[in-house]
Amino acid sequence: MAADEVKLIGSWASVYVMRAMIALHLKSISYEFLQETFGSKSELLLKSNPVHKKMPVLIHADKPVCESNIIVQYIDEAWNSSSQPSILPSHPYDKAIARFWAAYIDDKWFISLRSILTARGEADKKVAIAEVEERTELLEKAFVDCSKGKPFFNGTDHIGYLDIAFGSFLGWLRVVELDAGHKFLDEIKTPSLSKWADQFCNDPSVKPIMPEITKLAEFARKLFPKPQA
Amino acid sequence: MADEVILLDYWPSMFGMRTKMALAEKGVKYEYKETDPWVKTPLLLEMNPIHKKIPVLIHNGKPICESLIQLEYIDEVWSHTYPILPSDPYHKSQARFWADFIDRKFYDPSWKIWATMGEEHAAAKKELLEHFKTLETALGDKPYYGGQVFGYLDIAFMGYYSWFKAMEKFGEFSIETEFPKLTTWTKRCLERESVVKALADSDRIIEYVYVLRKKFGA
Repeated sequence: MAADEVKLIGSWASVYVMRAMIALHLKSISYEFLQETFGSKSELLLKSNPVHKKMPVLIHADKPVCESNIIVQYIDEAWNSSSQPSILPSHPYDKAIARFWAAYIDDKWFISLRSILTARGEADKKVAIAEVEERTELLEKAFVDCSKGKPFFNGTDHIGYLDIAFGSFLGWLRVVELDAGHKFLDEIKTPSLSKWADQFCNDPSVKPIMPEITKLAEFARKLFPKPQA
Repeated sequence: MADEVILLDYWPSMFGMRTKMALAEKGVKYEYKETDPWVKTPLLLEMNPIHKKIPVLIHNGKPICESLIQLEYIDEVWSHTYPILPSDPYHKSQARFWADFIDRKFYDPSWKIWATMGEEHAAAKKELLEHFKTLETALGDKPYYGGQVFGYLDIAFMGYYSWFKAMEKFGEFSIETEFPKLTTWTKRCLERESVVKALADSDRIIEYVYVLRKKFGA
């Protein structure tokens, strides 16, 4: 591999892989995408991420970087010329807040979202839906605080770390909304997030790689089969 | 205007110990406020309304939550002295990866080993020993996780040191016997004043574990 060659091991349906792809696109970095086959793990993946055996893995000049949020920060720090947009905010406090909410999204918000898909029965589903509602409301407030009147969580006119962390879930969120028959993002409940979601999905670094909802929904049915009655 | 730094922390918290180490390495003066996380004081709820947990670092009135995030914040704000994170982006990513591994993988069996019994306890012990081995392999023959210098990942893992004796006691194993390289590394870290001052007494932690076991009915 050439000194600056970049490869990304991943899958089109993965939220976490999407984060890495958005960051690479934002920085205009060329890379080779290595699509994993559903149901198996390639030798390269197992070799590059022996600890977790998961994607995404970014391989830069033969060196692997694992964990999506760590990859995004790495991309920001390794390609940091003044002509490229900054992914993390510049102020340490804003950085800390962005990191806090990114961790919240993975550790709390997504866990609730996933429980809707894995819920056994309507009662469990209702509880999971209520939890996602509550947690999404917190993110609506967080957006107002972080954006400081700008269109993105980053507090700037371009997308950043926290936009990527949350925005990468928008495809799956839409799939869950359709499955549950319940909207979590709308103009009345979450006016700011609703507007932000549109702008995020239309961003040139995001639009070409956002998976098609019907394709994702089909994949979701494979991943989370409904229990037989 | 002088910086006002307050740390809300609870004496046995391995996470609070990390933050104390980092502040000491940077020579930052701060006010320590002992905060029992079970009590949920108005200040704790105001400063960490989402998780209601310690440690919370309050810098000029603004709260920063989560210990690993605090380490990065401390390094970025007090950047003129002793760097905690490596400067190279790749080494930084590796340090972050292993700190994340410690909190996502090592943490659970590290308390289950004293909080559970029977099959659950046996599973926790197996997992804990595997993770200790993985972390020892990651250290290799380096003097510190940071290489030649003590840093972020050393702080992240040494935060758990006060609890090692409790893990050994309830897990019935010896870190010195099973993991000699880790032992050498802990002894090297214990030569640092910032580390020694931040840590709680291991025997006091064992007493605390007995209290917690009663609480959980173990």
